[in-house]
Amino acid sequence: MTIQFNDESFRDDYSFHNSERALKRFPFPFHEDSYMYSVNMEQHRGGPADSVYEMRFDVDEHYVSEMKDRAIVLDQDPLRCQSLPHMTLAGWDLLELIMVSKSEDYPDLFELHREGDQWRWINKPLGIDDSFTFLDETTLPYGPMEYITRQAQGDFAVLDQRDDMLWMDAGMVTTQADWSLDFDIGMNFFEWHAPVPKAHEMGIFVRALKFLLNIQQGAPARRLNWTMTVNPLLDTSPENYHKWGIQKTTLTPENIGRKQHLRVELQTFFRLPRSNALVFPIRCYLCAFEDLMTVPKWGRRLHRVIRDLPEELATYKGFIDNRPLMLDYLSQFDDGLPTSPGIWPDLQSEPPLQK
Amino acid sequence: MSKFEFPPSILSRPIWGTLEPRPGKHHLMIADAEGAEAILDVATAEIMAQCHIIFIAKGTGFSEKLSQLNPAQFYEGPSYEAALPRIHRVLLDGHMGLQVYLAGTEGLMGQAMAEAMRAGIPHTAIQTEHRGSTARRMQCVHCKGITEDVETDPFVCKHCGLNLFVRDHYSRRIAAYQGVCVDAEDHGNIPPAKGIYQ
Repeated sequence: MTIQFNDESFRDDYSFHNSERALKRFPFPFHEDSYMYSVNMEQHRGGPADSVYEMRFDVDEHYVSEMKDRAIVLDQDPLRCQSLPHMTLAGWDLLELIMVSKSEDYPDLFELHREGDQWRWINKPLGIDDSFTFLDETTLPYGPMEYITRQAQGDFAVLDQRDDMLWMDAGMVTTQADWSLDFDIGMNFFEWHAPVPKAHEMGIFVRALKFLLNIQQGAPARRLNWTMTVNPLLDTSPENYHKWGIQKTTLTPENIGRKQHLRVELQTFFRLPRSNALVFPIRCYLCAFEDLMTVPKWGRRLHRVIRDLPEELATYKGFIDNRPLMLDYLSQFDDGLPTSPGIWPDLQSEPPLQK
Repeated sequence: MSKFEFPPSILSRPIWGTLEPRPGKHHLMIADAEGAEAILDVATAEIMAQCHIIFIAKGTGFSEKLSQLNPAQFYEGPSYEAALPRIHRVLLDGHMGLQVYLAGTEGLMGQAMAEAMRAGIPHTAIQTEHRGSTARRMQCVHCKGITEDVETDPFVCKHCGLNLFVRDHYSRRIAAYQGVCVDAEDHGNIPPAKGIYQ
Protein backbone atom coordinates (compact mmCIF):
# COMPACT_ATOMS: atom_id res chain seq x y z
CA MET A 1 0.00 0.00 0.00
CA THR A 2 1.37 3.43 -0.86
CA ILE A 3 2.22 5.64 2.08
CA GLN A 4 0.93 9.22 2.13
CA PHE A 5 3.51 11.14 4.15
CA ASN A 6 2.07 13.67 6.58
CA ASP A 7 3.26 17.26 6.65
CA GLU A 8 3.27 17.76 10.42
CA SER A 9 5.26 19.04 13.37
CA PHE A 10 6.39 17.56 16.69
CA ARG A 11 6.96 20.93 18.33
CA ASP A 12 5.48 24.45 18.52
CA ASP A 13 2.03 24.01 16.91
CA TYR A 14 2.12 20.20 17.25
CA SER A 15 0.28 19.42 14.06
CA PHE A 16 1.23 15.72 14.38
CA HIS A 17 -1.72 13.41 13.81
CA ASN A 18 -2.41 9.74 13.16
CA SER A 19 -4.57 8.67 10.22
CA GLU A 20 -7.15 5.92 10.61
CA ARG A 21 -4.60 3.51 9.17
CA ALA A 22 -1.86 4.64 11.59
CA LEU A 23 -4.23 4.24 14.52
CA LYS A 24 -5.17 0.68 13.57
CA ARG A 25 -1.50 -0.31 13.33
CA PHE A 26 -0.48 1.52 16.51
CA PRO A 27 1.63 -0.82 18.67
CA PHE A 28 -0.53 -0.83 21.79
CA PRO A 29 1.90 -2.16 24.38
CA PHE A 30 -0.34 -3.97 26.87
CA HIS A 31 -1.20 -7.61 26.17
CA GLU A 32 -3.29 -7.86 29.35
CA ASP A 33 -5.10 -5.53 31.79
CA SER A 34 -2.03 -4.91 33.96
CA TYR A 35 1.63 -4.09 33.51
CA MET A 36 4.88 -5.04 35.17
CA TYR A 37 8.43 -5.13 33.84
CA SER A 38 9.44 -8.23 31.98
CA VAL A 39 12.03 -9.34 29.42
CA ASN A 40 9.25 -9.52 26.86
CA MET A 41 11.45 -10.48 23.93
CA GLU A 42 10.30 -12.22 20.79
CA GLN A 43 11.83 -12.90 17.41
CA HIS A 44 11.64 -9.99 14.99
CA ARG A 45 10.70 -11.91 11.87
CA GLY A 46 7.75 -10.12 10.40
CA GLY A 47 4.18 -9.99 11.66
CA PRO A 48 0.64 -9.35 10.45
CA ALA A 49 0.35 -7.48 7.13
CA ASP A 50 0.73 -3.70 7.55
CA SER A 51 1.52 -4.04 11.27
CA VAL A 52 4.59 -2.27 12.66
CA TYR A 53 6.15 -5.72 13.00
CA GLU A 54 5.91 -6.59 9.31
CA MET A 55 9.14 -5.01 8.07
CA ARG A 56 12.62 -4.95 9.57
CA PHE A 57 12.52 -1.13 9.77
CA ASP A 58 8.97 0.16 9.72
CA VAL A 59 8.37 3.23 7.54
CA ASP A 60 5.09 5.03 8.14
CA GLU A 61 3.23 8.24 7.34
CA HIS A 62 5.37 10.20 9.85
CA TYR A 63 8.68 9.37 8.15
CA VAL A 64 9.43 12.61 6.32
CA SER A 65 8.33 14.87 9.16
CA GLU A 66 10.23 12.86 11.76
CA MET A 67 13.40 13.20 9.73
CA LYS A 68 12.87 16.96 9.52
CA ASP A 69 12.44 17.07 13.29
CA ARG A 70 15.67 15.07 13.75
CA ALA A 71 17.55 17.55 11.55
CA ILE A 72 16.28 20.43 13.71
CA VAL A 73 17.42 18.69 16.90
CA LEU A 74 20.88 17.98 15.45
CA ASP A 75 21.27 21.56 14.26
CA GLN A 76 20.56 22.74 17.80
CA ASP A 77 22.64 20.08 19.55
CA PRO A 78 25.11 17.98 17.56
CA LEU A 79 25.95 15.97 20.71
CA ARG A 80 22.79 13.93 20.14
CA CYS A 81 24.74 11.91 17.61
CA GLN A 82 28.07 10.51 18.77
CA SER A 83 30.27 7.57 17.96
CA LEU A 84 33.41 6.59 19.86
CA PRO A 85 36.38 6.07 17.52
CA HIS A 86 36.27 2.25 17.55
CA MET A 87 32.62 2.21 16.40
CA THR A 88 33.02 3.37 12.81
CA LEU A 89 32.91 -0.16 11.39
CA ALA A 90 29.67 -0.80 13.29
CA GLY A 91 28.33 2.36 11.65
CA TRP A 92 29.00 0.86 8.21
CA ASP A 93 27.35 -2.38 9.29
CA LEU A 94 24.30 -0.40 10.31
CA LEU A 95 24.24 1.57 7.07
CA GLU A 96 24.31 -1.67 5.12
CA LEU A 97 21.60 -3.29 7.25
CA ILE A 98 19.22 -0.36 6.84
CA MET A 99 19.88 0.19 3.14
CA VAL A 100 19.48 -3.48 2.28
CA SER A 101 16.38 -3.89 4.46
CA LYS A 102 14.60 -0.78 3.25
CA SER A 103 15.36 -1.35 -0.42
CA GLU A 104 14.06 -4.92 -0.17
CA ASP A 105 11.06 -4.12 2.03
CA TYR A 106 10.00 -0.86 0.31
CA PRO A 107 11.28 -1.13 -3.28
CA ASP A 108 8.98 1.68 -4.41
CA LEU A 109 10.57 4.09 -1.89
CA PHE A 110 14.22 3.04 -1.63
CA GLU A 111 16.78 1.65 -4.08
CA LEU A 112 20.26 0.29 -3.44
CA HIS A 113 22.56 -0.48 -6.36
CA ARG A 114 25.85 -2.17 -5.56
CA GLU A 115 28.82 -2.92 -7.77
CA GLY A 116 31.65 -4.07 -5.57
CA ASP A 117 32.24 -1.25 -3.12
CA GLN A 118 30.60 1.35 -5.40
CA TRP A 119 27.14 1.92 -3.98
CA ARG A 120 24.26 4.13 -5.09
CA TRP A 121 21.48 4.84 -2.63
CA ILE A 122 18.18 6.39 -3.64
CA ASN A 123 15.77 7.58 -0.97
CA LYS A 124 12.72 8.89 -2.83
CA PRO A 125 10.69 10.27 0.12
CA LEU A 126 13.64 12.44 1.22
CA GLY A 127 14.84 13.20 -2.32
CA ILE A 128 18.31 11.68 -1.84
CA ASP A 129 20.40 10.07 -4.59
CA ASP A 130 23.97 9.52 -3.40
CA SER A 131 26.82 7.46 -4.80
CA PHE A 132 29.64 6.51 -2.46
CA THR A 133 32.35 3.96 -1.75
CA PHE A 134 31.40 1.46 0.91
CA LEU A 135 33.79 1.64 3.91
CA ASP A 136 35.24 4.97 2.72
CA GLU A 137 34.01 7.72 5.05
CA THR A 138 35.33 10.50 2.85
CA THR A 139 32.68 9.69 0.24
CA LEU A 140 29.73 10.44 2.54
CA PRO A 141 28.60 13.82 3.90
CA TYR A 142 28.48 12.42 7.48
CA GLY A 143 29.89 9.40 9.27
CA PRO A 144 28.10 6.21 8.17
CA MET A 145 25.93 5.90 11.29
CA GLU A 146 24.87 9.53 11.19
CA TYR A 147 24.28 9.43 7.44
CA ILE A 148 21.87 6.52 7.55
CA THR A 149 20.14 7.37 10.82
CA ARG A 150 19.27 10.81 9.49
CA GLN A 151 17.14 8.74 7.11
CA ALA A 152 15.65 6.22 9.52
CA GLN A 153 12.91 6.78 12.09
CA GLY A 154 13.64 6.07 15.73
CA ASP A 155 16.70 6.38 17.91
CA PHE A 156 19.67 4.09 17.43
CA ALA A 157 21.99 2.87 20.16
CA VAL A 158 24.96 0.98 18.78
CA LEU A 159 26.41 -1.33 21.39
CA ASP A 160 29.90 -2.76 21.40
CA GLN A 161 30.24 -6.26 22.82
CA ARG A 162 33.33 -7.16 24.85
CA ASP A 163 34.08 -8.83 28.21
CA ASP A 164 30.62 -10.49 28.14
CA MET A 165 29.08 -7.02 28.35
CA LEU A 166 27.39 -4.49 26.10
CA TRP A 167 28.75 -0.94 25.95
CA MET A 168 26.82 2.07 24.70
CA ASP A 169 29.58 3.34 22.44
CA ALA A 170 27.64 5.08 19.65
CA GLY A 171 24.18 6.40 19.00
CA MET A 172 21.74 8.73 17.30
CA VAL A 173 19.31 9.84 19.96
CA THR A 174 16.78 12.60 19.28
CA THR A 175 13.43 11.02 20.24
CA GLN A 176 14.33 9.61 23.62
CA ALA A 177 12.34 9.01 26.74
CA ASP A 178 14.41 11.33 28.90
CA TRP A 179 17.91 9.88 28.76
CA SER A 180 21.09 11.52 27.53
CA LEU A 181 23.37 9.82 25.02
CA ASP A 182 26.03 12.43 25.70
CA PHE A 183 26.05 11.47 29.36
CA ASP A 184 25.60 7.73 28.95
CA ILE A 185 27.97 7.10 26.05
CA GLY A 186 30.72 4.69 27.10
CA MET A 187 28.64 3.14 29.89
CA ASN A 188 27.95 -0.56 30.20
CA PHE A 189 24.48 -2.14 30.11
CA PHE A 190 23.94 -2.01 33.87
CA GLU A 191 25.29 1.51 34.24
CA TRP A 192 23.10 3.16 31.62
CA HIS A 193 20.05 1.39 33.07
CA ALA A 194 21.06 2.29 36.63
CA PRO A 195 18.32 4.91 37.16
CA VAL A 196 15.48 2.47 36.35
CA PRO A 197 13.74 1.55 39.63
CA LYS A 198 12.80 -2.00 40.67
CA ALA A 199 13.94 -3.80 37.52
CA HIS A 200 17.47 -4.46 38.79
CA GLU A 201 16.16 -6.11 41.95
CA MET A 202 13.81 -8.21 39.80
CA GLY A 203 16.76 -9.55 37.83
CA ILE A 204 15.37 -8.08 34.61
CA PHE A 205 18.63 -6.61 33.37
CA VAL A 206 20.73 -9.67 34.12
CA ARG A 207 18.36 -11.82 32.08
CA ALA A 208 18.02 -9.25 29.31
CA LEU A 209 21.79 -8.93 28.99
CA LYS A 210 22.20 -12.69 28.74
CA PHE A 211 19.60 -12.77 25.98
CA LEU A 212 21.11 -9.85 24.07
CA LEU A 213 24.69 -11.13 24.22
CA ASN A 214 23.51 -14.22 22.39
CA ILE A 215 21.61 -12.57 19.55
CA GLN A 216 22.88 -14.00 16.30
CA GLN A 217 23.19 -12.56 12.81
CA GLY A 218 19.94 -12.90 10.89
CA ALA A 219 17.91 -13.56 14.03
CA PRO A 220 16.85 -10.16 15.35
CA ALA A 221 14.59 -9.75 18.40
CA ARG A 222 12.05 -7.15 19.51
CA ARG A 223 10.03 -5.92 22.47
CA LEU A 224 7.74 -3.02 23.30
CA ASN A 225 8.24 -0.42 25.99
CA TRP A 226 6.11 2.61 26.81
CA THR A 227 5.76 5.89 28.66
CA MET A 228 3.56 8.99 28.59
CA THR A 229 4.14 12.33 26.86
CA VAL A 230 2.08 15.50 27.01
CA ASN A 231 1.84 16.88 23.44
CA PRO A 232 3.29 14.87 20.55
CA LEU A 233 6.81 15.93 21.43
CA LEU A 234 9.49 13.62 20.03
CA ASP A 235 12.44 15.37 21.65
CA THR A 236 11.74 14.66 25.32
CA SER A 237 15.43 14.88 26.12
CA PRO A 238 16.95 15.69 29.49
CA GLU A 239 18.97 18.33 27.63
CA ASN A 240 15.77 20.27 26.90
CA TYR A 241 13.77 19.22 29.96
CA HIS A 242 13.93 22.74 31.41
CA LYS A 243 12.02 23.85 28.30
CA TRP A 244 9.48 21.06 27.84
CA GLY A 245 8.90 19.96 31.45
CA ILE A 246 6.35 22.72 32.01
CA GLN A 247 4.12 21.29 29.30
CA LYS A 248 3.26 18.44 31.66
CA THR A 249 1.33 20.94 33.78
CA THR A 250 -0.90 22.13 30.95
CA LEU A 251 -3.36 19.21 31.05
CA THR A 252 -7.01 19.96 31.86
CA PRO A 253 -10.10 17.72 31.79
CA GLU A 254 -11.02 19.48 28.53
CA ASN A 255 -7.75 19.04 26.65
CA ILE A 256 -6.39 15.77 28.04
CA GLY A 257 -7.84 13.58 25.27
CA ARG A 258 -6.07 15.67 22.66
CA LYS A 259 -2.84 16.49 24.51
CA GLN A 260 -1.99 13.35 26.44
CA HIS A 261 -0.16 10.80 24.30
CA LEU A 262 0.76 7.22 24.93
CA ARG A 263 4.37 6.89 23.80
CA VAL A 264 5.40 3.43 22.69
CA GLU A 265 8.87 2.23 21.83
CA LEU A 266 9.32 -0.64 19.43
CA GLN A 267 12.76 -1.84 20.42
CA THR A 268 14.55 -4.17 18.05
CA PHE A 269 17.96 -5.81 18.29
CA PHE A 270 20.16 -6.83 15.37
CA ARG A 271 23.63 -8.40 15.42
CA LEU A 272 25.97 -6.61 13.01
CA PRO A 273 28.19 -8.80 10.84
CA ARG A 274 31.66 -7.20 10.66
CA SER A 275 31.91 -5.47 14.02
CA ASN A 276 29.91 -8.00 16.05
CA ALA A 277 28.23 -4.95 17.59
CA LEU A 278 24.54 -4.99 18.45
CA VAL A 279 22.29 -2.28 17.10
CA PHE A 280 19.35 -1.32 19.20
CA PRO A 281 16.83 0.77 17.26
CA ILE A 282 14.26 2.40 19.53
CA ARG A 283 11.34 3.46 17.40
CA CYS A 284 8.85 5.86 18.96
CA TYR A 285 5.12 5.79 18.17
CA LEU A 286 2.78 8.41 19.62
CA CYS A 287 -0.99 8.26 19.93
CA ALA A 288 -3.39 10.75 21.52
CA PHE A 289 -5.67 9.38 24.23
CA GLU A 290 -8.77 10.43 22.28
CA ASP A 291 -7.64 8.36 19.28
CA LEU A 292 -6.83 5.34 21.43
CA MET A 293 -10.30 5.56 23.00
CA THR A 294 -11.93 4.88 19.63
CA VAL A 295 -10.75 1.28 20.05
CA PRO A 296 -13.04 -0.14 22.78
CA LYS A 297 -10.60 -2.81 23.93
CA TRP A 298 -7.76 -0.32 24.32
CA GLY A 299 -10.02 2.10 26.23
CA ARG A 300 -10.98 -0.54 28.78
CA ARG A 301 -7.44 -1.81 29.13
CA LEU A 302 -5.53 1.48 29.32
CA HIS A 303 -7.74 2.60 32.21
CA ARG A 304 -7.02 -0.58 34.17
CA VAL A 305 -3.28 -0.53 33.51
CA ILE A 306 -2.82 3.10 34.52
CA ARG A 307 -5.08 2.70 37.57
CA ASP A 308 -3.17 -0.31 38.91
CA LEU A 309 0.39 0.71 37.99
CA PRO A 310 2.72 0.76 41.04
CA GLU A 311 3.46 4.29 42.21
CA GLU A 312 7.22 3.87 41.64
CA LEU A 313 6.67 3.15 37.97
CA ALA A 314 4.27 6.05 37.48
CA THR A 315 6.88 8.29 39.11
CA TYR A 316 9.73 6.94 37.01
CA LYS A 317 7.67 7.31 33.84
CA GLY A 318 7.01 10.89 34.88
CA PHE A 319 3.19 11.02 35.05
CA ILE A 320 2.46 10.51 38.75
CA ASP A 321 1.11 14.08 39.12
CA ASN A 322 -1.18 13.69 36.10
CA ARG A 323 -2.42 10.21 36.96
CA PRO A 324 -5.64 11.36 38.72
CA LEU A 325 -6.54 13.50 35.72
CA MET A 326 -5.80 10.60 33.37
CA LEU A 327 -7.95 8.22 35.39
CA ASP A 328 -10.91 10.62 35.43
CA TYR A 329 -10.72 10.72 31.67
CA LEU A 330 -9.96 7.05 31.00
CA SER A 331 -12.62 5.70 33.37
CA GLN A 332 -15.29 6.99 30.97
CA PHE A 333 -14.12 4.35 28.51
CA ASP A 334 -14.08 1.39 30.89
CA ASP A 335 -17.43 -0.39 31.24
CA GLY A 336 -15.96 -3.28 33.20
CA LEU A 337 -16.32 -5.84 30.39
CA PRO A 338 -13.53 -8.40 29.97
CA THR A 339 -10.90 -7.83 27.27
CA SER A 340 -9.43 -10.27 24.78
CA PRO A 341 -5.81 -11.36 25.31
CA GLY A 342 -3.03 -9.81 23.21
CA ILE A 343 -2.22 -6.32 21.96
CA TRP A 344 -4.29 -6.23 18.76
CA PRO A 345 -7.37 -3.96 18.56
CA ASP A 346 -9.80 -6.80 17.73
CA LEU A 347 -12.30 -4.29 16.37
CA GLN A 348 -14.48 -7.00 14.80
CA SER A 349 -14.82 -9.18 17.87
CA GLU A 350 -14.70 -6.84 20.88
CA PRO A 351 -18.03 -5.24 21.88
CA PRO A 352 -18.51 -1.47 21.67
CA LEU A 353 -18.46 0.58 24.86
CA GLN A 354 -21.54 -0.28 26.95
CA LYS A 355 -22.06 3.12 28.55
CA MET B 1 38.89 10.46 60.50
CA SER B 2 38.47 11.46 56.88
CA LYS B 3 36.74 8.24 55.67
CA PHE B 4 33.08 8.55 54.71
CA GLU B 5 30.64 5.71 54.37
CA PHE B 6 28.66 6.38 51.16
CA PRO B 7 25.05 5.18 51.30
CA PRO B 8 24.10 2.35 48.92
CA SER B 9 23.08 3.67 45.51
CA ILE B 10 22.42 2.87 41.87
CA LEU B 11 24.76 0.83 39.70
CA SER B 12 26.30 3.73 37.79
CA ARG B 13 27.55 5.33 40.97
CA PRO B 14 31.24 4.56 41.47
CA ILE B 15 32.31 2.48 44.44
CA TRP B 16 35.65 3.58 45.85
CA GLY B 17 38.00 1.09 47.43
CA THR B 18 40.94 1.04 49.80
CA LEU B 19 44.45 1.36 48.42
CA GLU B 20 46.69 -1.63 48.81
CA PRO B 21 50.30 -2.13 47.79
CA ARG B 22 50.53 -4.05 44.53
CA PRO B 23 53.60 -5.33 42.76
CA GLY B 24 54.54 -3.15 39.81
CA LYS B 25 57.43 -1.72 37.83
CA HIS B 26 56.25 1.82 38.39
CA HIS B 27 53.70 3.42 40.66
CA LEU B 28 51.75 6.58 39.90
CA MET B 29 49.88 8.09 42.85
CA ILE B 30 47.58 11.05 42.31
CA ALA B 31 45.88 12.57 45.33
CA ASP B 32 44.34 15.75 46.63
CA ALA B 33 43.95 17.08 50.20
CA GLU B 34 43.17 14.28 52.70
CA GLY B 35 43.89 11.76 49.95
CA ALA B 36 47.46 12.14 51.20
CA GLU B 37 46.50 10.06 54.22
CA ALA B 38 45.63 7.10 52.01
CA ILE B 39 49.04 7.34 50.36
CA LEU B 40 50.74 7.52 53.73
CA ASP B 41 48.85 4.37 54.73
CA VAL B 42 49.82 2.38 51.66
CA ALA B 43 53.40 3.58 51.15
CA THR B 44 56.26 1.11 51.46
CA ALA B 45 59.92 1.84 50.85
CA GLU B 46 59.89 -0.57 47.91
CA ILE B 47 56.95 1.18 46.21
CA MET B 48 58.31 4.65 46.91
CA ALA B 49 61.58 3.79 45.16
CA GLN B 50 59.57 3.51 41.90
CA CYS B 51 56.84 6.01 42.69
CA HIS B 52 55.72 9.31 41.23
CA ILE B 53 53.42 11.23 43.57
CA ILE B 54 51.29 14.03 42.16
CA PHE B 55 49.61 15.94 44.94
CA ILE B 56 47.21 18.86 45.07
CA ALA B 57 47.24 20.13 48.64
CA LYS B 58 44.09 22.30 48.55
CA GLY B 59 45.27 24.12 51.66
CA THR B 60 46.11 21.02 53.67
CA GLY B 61 49.54 20.51 55.26
CA PHE B 62 50.34 17.04 53.95
CA SER B 63 53.05 17.94 51.44
CA GLU B 64 55.92 17.63 53.81
CA LYS B 65 54.85 14.24 55.09
CA LEU B 66 54.46 12.97 51.53
CA SER B 67 57.88 14.22 50.45
CA GLN B 68 59.36 12.54 53.53
CA LEU B 69 58.24 9.22 52.02
CA ASN B 70 61.11 9.77 49.58
CA PRO B 71 59.23 8.91 46.40
CA ALA B 72 61.31 8.76 43.23
CA GLN B 73 59.42 11.85 42.05
CA PHE B 74 57.27 14.21 44.04
CA TYR B 75 55.24 17.03 42.55
CA GLU B 76 52.89 19.38 44.29
CA GLY B 77 50.55 21.23 41.99
CA PRO B 78 48.41 24.26 42.84
CA SER B 79 45.33 22.73 41.20
CA TYR B 80 44.26 19.66 39.26
CA GLU B 81 44.10 21.69 36.05
CA ALA B 82 47.69 22.81 36.57
CA ALA B 83 48.81 19.24 37.17
CA LEU B 84 47.01 17.87 34.12
CA PRO B 85 49.74 18.37 31.48
CA ARG B 86 52.14 16.53 33.76
CA ILE B 87 49.63 13.71 34.28
CA HIS B 88 49.24 13.41 30.50
CA ARG B 89 52.99 13.23 30.07
CA VAL B 90 53.42 10.58 32.75
CA LEU B 91 50.62 8.43 31.33
CA LEU B 92 52.16 8.72 27.88
CA ASP B 93 55.24 6.99 29.29
CA GLY B 94 53.24 4.37 31.13
CA HIS B 95 54.20 0.78 30.34
CA MET B 96 52.80 -2.59 31.31
CA GLY B 97 53.35 -2.95 35.01
CA LEU B 98 52.44 0.63 35.89
CA GLN B 99 50.20 0.73 38.96
CA VAL B 100 47.85 3.68 39.31
CA TYR B 101 46.59 4.79 42.73
CA LEU B 102 44.05 7.62 43.13
CA ALA B 103 43.03 9.09 46.47
CA GLY B 104 41.06 12.03 47.78
CA THR B 105 37.91 13.67 46.48
CA GLU B 106 35.57 12.08 43.94
CA GLY B 107 36.27 14.90 41.49
CA LEU B 108 40.03 14.30 41.59
CA MET B 109 39.73 10.52 41.34
CA GLY B 110 37.13 10.66 38.60
CA GLN B 111 39.10 13.05 36.40
CA ALA B 112 42.40 11.23 36.87
CA MET B 113 40.66 7.93 36.18
CA ALA B 114 39.23 9.28 32.94
CA GLU B 115 42.74 10.34 31.88
CA ALA B 116 44.17 6.93 32.72
CA MET B 117 41.35 5.25 30.78
CA ARG B 118 42.07 7.43 27.77
CA ALA B 119 45.66 6.22 28.05
CA GLY B 120 44.37 2.65 27.71
CA ILE B 121 44.25 1.50 31.34
CA PRO B 122 40.97 -0.29 32.17
CA HIS B 123 39.11 1.38 35.01
CA THR B 124 38.96 -1.91 36.90
CA ALA B 125 42.78 -1.94 37.09
CA ILE B 126 42.94 1.45 38.82
CA GLN B 127 42.93 1.58 42.61
CA THR B 128 40.98 4.29 44.40
CA GLU B 129 40.29 5.44 47.92
CA HIS B 130 37.98 8.26 48.89
CA ARG B 131 39.19 10.62 51.59
CA GLY B 132 38.13 14.08 52.66
CA SER B 133 35.38 16.18 51.14
CA THR B 134 32.27 14.46 49.78
CA ALA B 135 31.60 17.37 47.42
CA ARG B 136 30.70 16.31 43.89
CA ARG B 137 31.76 17.30 40.42
CA MET B 138 28.48 17.90 38.58
CA GLN B 139 27.65 18.22 34.92
CA CYS B 140 24.62 20.28 33.97
CA VAL B 141 22.69 18.09 31.52
CA HIS B 142 21.27 21.24 29.90
CA CYS B 143 24.30 23.45 29.17
CA LYS B 144 26.96 20.69 29.69
CA GLY B 145 29.00 22.97 31.97
CA ILE B 146 30.80 21.40 34.93
CA THR B 147 30.41 22.79 38.43
CA GLU B 148 33.12 21.59 40.81
CA ASP B 149 32.85 20.92 44.53
CA VAL B 150 29.05 20.86 44.82
CA GLU B 151 28.00 20.26 48.41
CA THR B 152 24.28 20.96 48.33
CA ASP B 153 21.20 19.66 46.57
CA PRO B 154 19.85 21.54 44.71
CA PHE B 155 22.63 23.85 43.54
CA VAL B 156 23.04 26.58 40.94
CA CYS B 157 24.85 25.69 37.71
CA LYS B 158 27.75 28.12 37.59
CA HIS B 159 27.54 28.29 33.80
CA CYS B 160 23.85 28.69 32.89
CA GLY B 161 22.41 29.57 36.30
CA LEU B 162 19.69 26.92 36.35
CA ASN B 163 18.83 25.34 39.69
CA LEU B 164 19.81 21.68 39.42
CA PHE B 165 19.10 18.64 41.54
CA VAL B 166 21.90 16.20 42.21
CA ARG B 167 21.52 12.74 40.72
CA ASP B 168 23.57 9.65 41.59
CA HIS B 169 23.84 8.83 37.87
CA TYR B 170 27.54 9.09 37.07
CA SER B 171 29.59 9.15 33.87
CA ARG B 172 33.16 7.87 34.10
CA ARG B 173 33.92 9.47 30.74
CA ILE B 174 32.86 12.93 31.93
CA ALA B 175 33.95 12.19 35.51
CA ALA B 176 30.82 13.83 36.85
CA TYR B 177 27.39 13.24 38.29
CA GLN B 178 24.35 14.52 36.43
CA GLY B 179 22.53 17.69 37.44
CA VAL B 180 18.97 18.21 36.18
CA CYS B 181 16.72 21.27 36.37
CA VAL B 182 14.77 21.06 39.64
CA ASP B 183 11.94 23.45 38.77
CA ALA B 184 11.25 22.50 35.15
CA GLU B 185 7.63 21.58 35.96
CA ASP B 186 7.02 24.42 38.40
CA HIS B 187 9.18 27.40 37.52
CA GLY B 188 10.61 29.17 40.54
CA ASN B 189 9.70 26.44 43.02
CA ILE B 190 13.19 25.65 44.30
CA PRO B 191 13.35 23.43 47.38
CA PRO B 192 15.72 24.66 50.13
CA ALA B 193 19.26 23.42 49.58
CA LYS B 194 20.39 20.58 51.86
CA GLY B 195 23.70 18.78 52.19
CA ILE B 196 23.84 16.00 49.58
CA TYR B 197 24.01 13.29 52.25
CA GLN B 198 21.67 14.98 54.75
